[in-house]
Amino acid sequence: MARKITYQQAINEALDQEMTRDESVIVMGEDVVGGSGGHGEMDAWGGVLGLTKGLYAKHGNRIMDTPITESGYIGAAVGAATCGMRPVAELMFIDFMGVCLDQIYNQAAKFRYMFGGKAKTPVVIRAMYGAGFSAAAQHSQALYSIFTHIPGLKVVLPSSPYDAKGLLIQAIRDDDPVIFLEHKVLYTLEGEVPEEPYTVPFGEANVVREGDDVTIVAFGRMVLHATGVADKLAKEGIKCEVIDPRTTSPLDDESILESIENTGRLVVVDESNPRCSMASDIAELAVTRAFEHLKAPVKTVTAPHTPVPFAKSLEDAYIPSPEKIEAAIRSIA
Amino acid sequence: MSELSKEKLLEAYRMMRTIRDFEERVHDEFAKGGIPGFVHLYAGEEASATGICMHLTDQDRIVSTHRGHGHCIAKGVDVIGMMAEIYGKQTGTCHGKGGSMHIADLDKGMLGANGIVGGGPPLICGVGLTHKMRGTDGVGIAFFGDGASNQGTTLESMNLATVWNLPCIFVVENNGYAEATSSEWAVSCDNYADRAAGFGMPGTTVDGHDFFAVYETAGEAIARARAGGGPSLVEVKLNRYFGHFEGDAQTYRRADEVKQLREEKDCLKIFRKRVVDANLLEHSDLDKIDEEVAALIDEAVQQAEAASPPAVEELLTHVYVNY
Amino acid sequence: MSENTITPLTMPKWGLSMKEGKLINWLVEEGSQFSRGDELAEVETEKIASAVEASMAGTLRKIVAENDTVYPVGALLAVVADESVSDDEVNAYIEKFQSEFVPEESGDEDEGIQAQTIEVNSLNIRYLSKGDGDRVLLLVHGYGGDLDNWLFNHDELVEKTGMRVIALDLPGHGQSSKVVGDANLEFFADTIHAFLQALDIEKAYLVGHSMGGAISLCFASKYPDNVLGLGLIASAGLGDEINNEYIQGFMESTSRKQIKPWLELLFADKSLVNRQLINNMLQYKRLDGVSDALNAVSRQLLDDSGKQGRQFLDSLDTLACRICVVWGMDDHIIPASHTERLPDSVSKLVIESSGHMVQMEAANKVNQFLIDNLLTR
Repeated sequence: MARKITYQQAINEALDQEMTRDESVIVMGEDVVGGSGGHGEMDAWGGVLGLTKGLYAKHGNRIMDTPITESGYIGAAVGAATCGMRPVAELMFIDFMGVCLDQIYNQAAKFRYMFGGKAKTPVVIRAMYGAGFSAAAQHSQALYSIFTHIPGLKVVLPSSPYDAKGLLIQAIRDDDPVIFLEHKVLYTLEGEVPEEPYTVPFGEANVVREGDDVTIVAFGRMVLHATGVADKLAKEGIKCEVIDPRTTSPLDDESILESIENTGRLVVVDESNPRCSMASDIAELAVTRAFEHLKAPVKTVTAPHTPVPFAKSLEDAYIPSPEKIEAAIRSIA
Repeated sequence: MSELSKEKLLEAYRMMRTIRDFEERVHDEFAKGGIPGFVHLYAGEEASATGICMHLTDQDRIVSTHRGHGHCIAKGVDVIGMMAEIYGKQTGTCHGKGGSMHIADLDKGMLGANGIVGGGPPLICGVGLTHKMRGTDGVGIAFFGDGASNQGTTLESMNLATVWNLPCIFVVENNGYAEATSSEWAVSCDNYADRAAGFGMPGTTVDGHDFFAVYETAGEAIARARAGGGPSLVEVKLNRYFGHFEGDAQTYRRADEVKQLREEKDCLKIFRKRVVDANLLEHSDLDKIDEEVAALIDEAVQQAEAASPPAVEELLTHVYVNY
Repeated sequence: MSENTITPLTMPKWGLSMKEGKLINWLVEEGSQFSRGDELAEVETEKIASAVEASMAGTLRKIVAENDTVYPVGALLAVVADESVSDDEVNAYIEKFQSEFVPEESGDEDEGIQAQTIEVNSLNIRYLSKGDGDRVLLLVHGYGGDLDNWLFNHDELVEKTGMRVIALDLPGHGQSSKVVGDANLEFFADTIHAFLQALDIEKAYLVGHSMGGAISLCFASKYPDNVLGLGLIASAGLGDEINNEYIQGFMESTSRKQIKPWLELLFADKSLVNRQLINNMLQYKRLDGVSDALNAVSRQLLDDSGKQGRQFLDSLDTLACRICVVWGMDDHIIPASHTERLPDSVSKLVIESSGHMVQMEAANKVNQFLIDNLLTR
């Protein structure tokens, strides 16, 4: 598979191929077409970052602009999903969950359980997350642990173009509600992606690097940082195993535990704030289920307990850096 | 009134009577301690659910509220299963996992009572969107109260339904109180239906004690939606006989308010008088239904009391389709 | 090797995409002598781990590359030279080599040889063609395989025979269309026939591995005028037995953990099944249509009792072309005992310490056997 495309193109291709395959797949969101009701062109934007560009030309009214009304259209997507559609609703920035969270966590997530197994809600909510664009406190958060907390939701964090396409196709075909989070810094990342449609299953971690000395569990963009550090340290003889869970719910705890049993050392790298985070969650996993294998304290590398700052100097200090990851590894290796 | 066949009139009466008896009985059994949790009763509002749902088929979907028993019964959800659900039993509509506020039966087009005030209207836009995209003549009905009428979700949904031209009807059942707060105080306009103009849709206010008025108004809105004419708002003015929830002492109401309503505004009494006076039905026809319904509710309570609670293993099922 | 000659042992290039390899460890000590075909070092690439085999006898005078270290393709791993060559000469050679060595960069001429796709009977067939000889050799992979199965054979066969060597992805496999028609041997043979026609090739040698062997046999029966000779590697169609559990297990596996033990069955040396090999296989299996295609093909491959559905053993004599058969002694998929009943006219070789993927595990021996017994006779 020699063809290389970007993370952003991989997501566009997944949407395109699934809309082609299945009439019930529809896409909605603010400016996902761009131009509805105006005096210029349709598909003027194709999403705020052009991610859905071109889908309108191919799929017409099955991709639809919405007013700026997140509760309204996220709820509409959820309602349509209970009727047998497979809507993909774009929330633009995950920070906007605050204005529509009820439809996600009280409605979509709970229908199946509350209704005694009688409902299926195959909705996908796509949104970008993460710091690095000087987008400040309300457009930069890494809020995946909040969704991971909610039973009934699945949460997906692709870290490569290959995973982005395969996980999104899986999300669309999945019968449960899926929160699909795209790191905005990764949109331009290139990688090999098959042209044909394919799925990457949920709950199966990708072991990005193999090693016997230290286990690094990293999420989303942090997988790239962790891999870079692992490659650097490998030259010095410190062999890190880098695990990308790919989905935080379901979580491939088995692969993480197996690795900890082998290495006895764990570093968790999580771009979100530290309290009640994936970092604390994985650390809990290690101490409650693999304590006897640990040879050193568990280390976490996270953002601080602050909002995401605007100034570049502060934002750089906020995001877990390769240097901090390296220091954490060295402190226990 | 005259356009309804005798069968339809009997059906309407049976539906309203079933709701009334169901709710009165839940009220009694709750007081005796047989029913756990929160229940919010629909008694007094029967003409609304019935007058609207009589127009619907199973492909049409409704979303309901925390006060949802009446909507469930009017949409055809099995009464025996509902009672068992309210008792928290394995045989309940949702196997005892939802309870009073979450009864749903998607095969019947009942997309759930809803514990969140204003939770339903966005969902109904999805129902309408599905019908529109599939080219069916189905509709979606969002029932909500005067409390939810001020929620952003409701207002957003009405806007979205017009923007997308969806076959949705927004039914605000204005019973005068959002919990303990008067709608006259909490709703910023005198007539809720006036808000429809702001969303570019027709709005009508109807007397919710009068089944025939509700039936007629709803029929027009539903027919327009089925024909691609877009959404409507219907404000149904009515009253509840019981408190916001069971156990509510209702000290925010006039002492004789409910007594007077039961005497002067009762939808079942008004219906009976209208159809008998017009010689459309005999008292005996209606009395027979009263007996049958009473027997059905007895049976429902007996079965619910006798049924087993869900097994503990059920705790972990139905969270996901696959996980 | 003549006296006073110094030969570099360099990081091999296995397949088009290989840019670098990791030297895992040396299998021979500095100063020791080795024979042709001996395994000198273990190298891991992003596709597979394998051994660097000696292409000639010699003495490993000086080891340059360190264990567990990544080197670019073409980098000096060690120096091979006769005892008569002085240490100074060896050191001078190394110094000169290192000062002149420039790692291959993307965009150089080798990048020109890319896999191509051609439409055959409404199917897209991906193939990789190397060499420009008049004589043509077609490499046909087995069930669940693809043209990368010939990573260690393709280049060497071109180099040593001067032939044009083409490897293809069968329908349902690799990056070819995932449509498999009746999914039987005839379908694949017909597709190959049309494929050769589309490339304007009248006659070709066919070397097939496993199911690819049975497909080649079917092709030779059906299109005798178009076949120059058959090389059958751990081939189906030469006996009843086949590891039915492997087929089922491989087919049904969806995760890393599930598929690993099945892939390990393919090799005598299980350590060859590394993370990347597993990932590549999973990436293939997760493509839309692959699961259905593999299911359909397996139903044709096996009969109801789990035995091989088609037999060519008794009709081998009726095939006019030359046939040679290679097997790995430790084949856990189709037993090497299937070589025992072959007619005398068929040349055969069973290779020790090799499994079903013998063309990868003992590439040099398999290549040489094909050259000696099929391609240069």
